[in-house]
Amino acid sequence: MDAIVACELRKRYGQVQALDGVSFRVRSGEVFGLLGPNGAGKSTTVKVLATLTKPSSGRAEVAGHDVVREPDEVRRSIGYVPQSSGVDRDATGRENLLLQGRIQGMSGHKLEERVNELLDLLGIADAADRVVRGYSGGMKRRLDVALGLVHRPQVLFLDEPTTGLDPEARASMWAELERLAEGEALTILLTTHYMEEADQLADRLAIVSRGRLVVEGTPEELKHSLRGDAVEIELSDGQAGDAESIVVALEGVHEASADGRKLRSRVASGARAIPTILSALEARGIGVESVTTHRPSLDDVYLHYTGREFAADNEEAGP
Amino acid sequence: MTLAVRHTWFMVGRQLRNLMREPIWIALLLVQPMVWLLLYGQLFKRVTHLPGGGFGTTSYITFLAPAIVIMNAFFGATWSGMAMISDLDRDVLPRFLATPVSRISLVVSQIVRSALIAVIQGVIILLVSVALGVRVHTGLLGWVVILAAAALMNSAFAGLSQGIALLVRKEATMIAIANFIGLPLFFLSSTLISIKQVPHWMQVAAKFNPVNWGVIAAREVVLPGTDWGSVALHLGLLLALSVATAAFATWTFRSYQATI
Repeated sequence: MDAIVACELRKRYGQVQALDGVSFRVRSGEVFGLLGPNGAGKSTTVKVLATLTKPSSGRAEVAGHDVVREPDEVRRSIGYVPQSSGVDRDATGRENLLLQGRIQGMSGHKLEERVNELLDLLGIADAADRVVRGYSGGMKRRLDVALGLVHRPQVLFLDEPTTGLDPEARASMWAELERLAEGEALTILLTTHYMEEADQLADRLAIVSRGRLVVEGTPEELKHSLRGDAVEIELSDGQAGDAESIVVALEGVHEASADGRKLRSRVASGARAIPTILSALEARGIGVESVTTHRPSLDDVYLHYTGREFAADNEEAGP
Repeated sequence: MTLAVRHTWFMVGRQLRNLMREPIWIALLLVQPMVWLLLYGQLFKRVTHLPGGGFGTTSYITFLAPAIVIMNAFFGATWSGMAMISDLDRDVLPRFLATPVSRISLVVSQIVRSALIAVIQGVIILLVSVALGVRVHTGLLGWVVILAAAALMNSAFAGLSQGIALLVRKEATMIAIANFIGLPLFFLSSTLISIKQVPHWMQVAAKFNPVNWGVIAAREVVLPGTDWGSVALHLGLLLALSVATAAFATWTFRSYQATI
């Protein structure tokens, strides 16, 4: 069964087309990642699915309910962890959780037990009765996740769960999320602009760019779709154009593209292709500054499908 | 409906708990009305002897006390939108909006919290007033009327303040607007001085000033010769205004939701 169905979602804010026809399905129990730079439309997709905003057009179902026609049914079935922490900083962690449970219709002993369980599960039990203002970034984020889980939702939306965390807190959050995904029989939709995060956590992912889904698949599928290793060559002076035509003609090279002094190519095997490429370039008198090769990463997938480098896109869109 | 009431109760609980955690706030809540009462009470002590009169008593503190309850409720209300702005700034609202929480409770709870504090402060002001020799002529019923007037006075302007907060969503703007509304309405009322002592145009303006409605209702029950018709009329006007501003706040909440 599909826990999330998004169908041709479009959303317009004034002049900005935030979503431009987004469609995807997430199976029950799956961890699905939406990967893309800031401003690509990830958060807007989540806001539509979490019933915070209505799509301008298109249709979506979450846990079997239409987000526009049955918003309250959807709200009972989902947990939403917003991009910026929505905790009440003047209240304690426990108070935050109890209130969240109550407005989800829980009460009494059952609620208290669930709150204790979550405090333990996310490792914030010691801080439970302290005011959130004094929490570290990582603790606050764990509380955010706990808030989304109080009422045992079927679907959990995590909007950039580790943005702003230091590397250590990020790694431990990943471990928590992995445990959650296994333990709580949850469907998780996760947005992120960290390649490693999507790679590590998502069963399947989609790359989002400028309000559209560019490609979708498991991280492995996406990497394999690139056919082989990446080889990056930095030239001593600007002849990448000539170099491109030389390299692309070599055996074992699938594709090559020049970008300033950089030449990027995709080859069947990096180790075998590099000597061939280097000697071919040397024969033509083209100097080489550096050579690197690596297994295909999601970065390469992103570059391949959007024609742009991920980091450059991120900078362009701003924080 | 019952759901909305229950959720409002949860939300009021959250706000009061947070408030009570800040000792400085409790101190301010208690001390500030006292300062008004003692400061104004002493400053204008001899004003009841002015030719033309109209005070209904020679004791200025008796004249002043019920009006201070109202004034305090009014100023508290003009600031009540700050709590909403703080929730907006910290993205607390989007988190709630992804739950089945009653939408109206998110707005109404702010108004109820604000009115509740005005009533608590009202009780304290009245207790101190009694200690200073003020006697509420109509007794216990008079207390109820004064506190009801304070609650309505507060909720009428708390609704407005919440609505403005949801429209401007900026603290600095909110402060400017609160001052812009607060001081003129305060001085255009008979809070500090008998309406007979002010220029004619001010007397006319005061008739349309909700702050003055509250002052009239509260003062009527303190002084001898209570006009119950006037009390009912002015409480009714405040009630109508409260309903209108609560509706305004709910409407602005929808416009806020449209921006998410």
